[in-house]
Amino acid sequence: MSLARAIETGDLAELPSRRDEDWRWTDLRGLLRTLPPKAGPLAANSIPAGPFQADEEVLVINGQGPSDIHIEAGEARVIALRLVSVGDVAYACRLNVSLGEGAALTLLESYESSADGHAAEIDLEVAVGPGARLERIVLAGDAAGAVLVSCADVGLSPWASLAQTVLTCGARRQRLETRVSHPGEGAAVRLDGVYLLADQRHADLTTVVTHAGAGGATEQLAKGVATDQARGVFQGRIVVAPGADRTNARMGHHALILSDRAEIDAKPELEIFADDVSCSHGNTVGALDEAALFYAQQRGVPEPEARAMLTAAFVGEVIDRIEFEGARDVARRWAAQRLGASDEL
Amino acid sequence: MLETKNLMLSIRDLHVSVDGKPILSGLSLDLPAGEVHAVMGPNGAGKSTLSYVLAGRQGYEVTGGQVLFEGEDLLALGPSERAARGVFLSFQYPVEIPGVPALTFLRTALNAQRKARGEAEMGAPEFLRRVREQAAALRIDFEMLRRPLNVGFSGGEKKRMEILQMAALGPRLAILDETDSGLDIDALRIVAEDVNALRGPDRSMLVITHYQRLLDYIRPDRVHVLAEGRIVASGGPELALELEREGYAKYGQEAA
Repeated sequence: MSLARAIETGDLAELPSRRDEDWRWTDLRGLLRTLPPKAGPLAANSIPAGPFQADEEVLVINGQGPSDIHIEAGEARVIALRLVSVGDVAYACRLNVSLGEGAALTLLESYESSADGHAAEIDLEVAVGPGARLERIVLAGDAAGAVLVSCADVGLSPWASLAQTVLTCGARRQRLETRVSHPGEGAAVRLDGVYLLADQRHADLTTVVTHAGAGGATEQLAKGVATDQARGVFQGRIVVAPGADRTNARMGHHALILSDRAEIDAKPELEIFADDVSCSHGNTVGALDEAALFYAQQRGVPEPEARAMLTAAFVGEVIDRIEFEGARDVARRWAAQRLGASDEL
Repeated sequence: MLETKNLMLSIRDLHVSVDGKPILSGLSLDLPAGEVHAVMGPNGAGKSTLSYVLAGRQGYEVTGGQVLFEGEDLLALGPSERAARGVFLSFQYPVEIPGVPALTFLRTALNAQRKARGEAEMGAPEFLRRVREQAAALRIDFEMLRRPLNVGFSGGEKKRMEILQMAALGPRLAILDETDSGLDIDALRIVAEDVNALRGPDRSMLVITHYQRLLDYIRPDRVHVLAEGRIVASGGPELALELEREGYAKYGQEAA
């Protein structure tokens, strides 16, 4: 049951609904009474430049384009993967990303749309070879009327690493999901996220990390801001399987609610079946610090700018953890622009 | 009303409530331009309420009276407008601002004030040169200004950051709320020297304090005693010494 199945078969009963525990805050069956027409072949179109600068660009339009990215053992590359939606269409597609032993990939993944009403599911199958290193930065700049599901299934080898930052301003309904098979054995995972939601936008950051072997580390920090009637969803699950001893996992989700009608739903889950593990999670949802707001105003910063400055600083902690400098700068400007702050931070 | 021309700050019969409870009840105080006045009083007398209501903090309801700042109705202005007019509050407990480097915060504040006054924004090179000088004069390590404002700073460092901001922003009226609290005697002397260096004919200061010791270093022109929400006595610097000796008991409250 998935949006992809529903698009392929045309059967709306295939859509995930609130009755599915993992989808109860991101109900698609209750939302979609019809699906847009399936995307057909595309005439060559002029697509405006994407948010990231990279020497290599992989362009996928309405799910059509290259479907494999492979980095040879020992190679290091920076690739902008652009997933562009054109027109009010429905499509589902699958991409494979693989890294050979000791390879390094900075994947700058952007979701872009030129129309308002598309429905799409994009599935990524990612295999990170022994000692290889993937930094994945996802910028979901979707249209307000779009419905998007993006699901990345990442398999890590021993001593491999995944460092991920998902940045989104949401859509009509949007789910950005990451599932990681963590072998332990020196492999390391960082799963970060930022959602900045206004109007009636919805974003759902869901992650599942399964520690299957001993001695693995997972570090997670997600921060979000919801205003107007927006809704943010965070579901973080860390499973430590029997035998995955000495696992070290930390999860944090912190959100600001800036209006009475905004909503944040958070479900951090730790399922631990091993011994000698160090796992923790922290979850806070609150308002902007009024004392800090008054302090900034007392120094002369008008209230809207003070709010924007403090909110940008709040999510800046996550953005600062992006390792690839070019992407960090893009993320800072993106956040400043969404929040109406100066981008000097 | 001729004399108001020379007054920086004129508080008339000010009544303020917090959560419906009266805290200030008929406070009057005149502060001429260029003078430093101390407001002393026991705990709970309304000292911090006075500083917050002058700075425009929410939750302080003015139920009567008037405050004129250079002849203008101060209470009609929002907090950032008051700051742009030249009102500066040195906080008793300076607030930590995670994620915003002190330099960024200060430059944002300075340029917001300049913009509000219709002045050109200060460019980064001139700003950095000036703050570098001011930090050196205050014996503040410039590298500290690259860290998020007040996060992990000691009590003394926070108070010196307040004075650095005061120096950089150049206010007309500085309200120092318990600036001596949390400072050891050496830090107190340094902070006081810096405050004294900022005294001038166009700048007035209201020094709010519980203890007299700060006034050994910042010599006030006048001392006012605040008790039960009003100024109950005013006099020269000798009044501070008398309070130190005799406490606040004769003003109707126990010395805390």
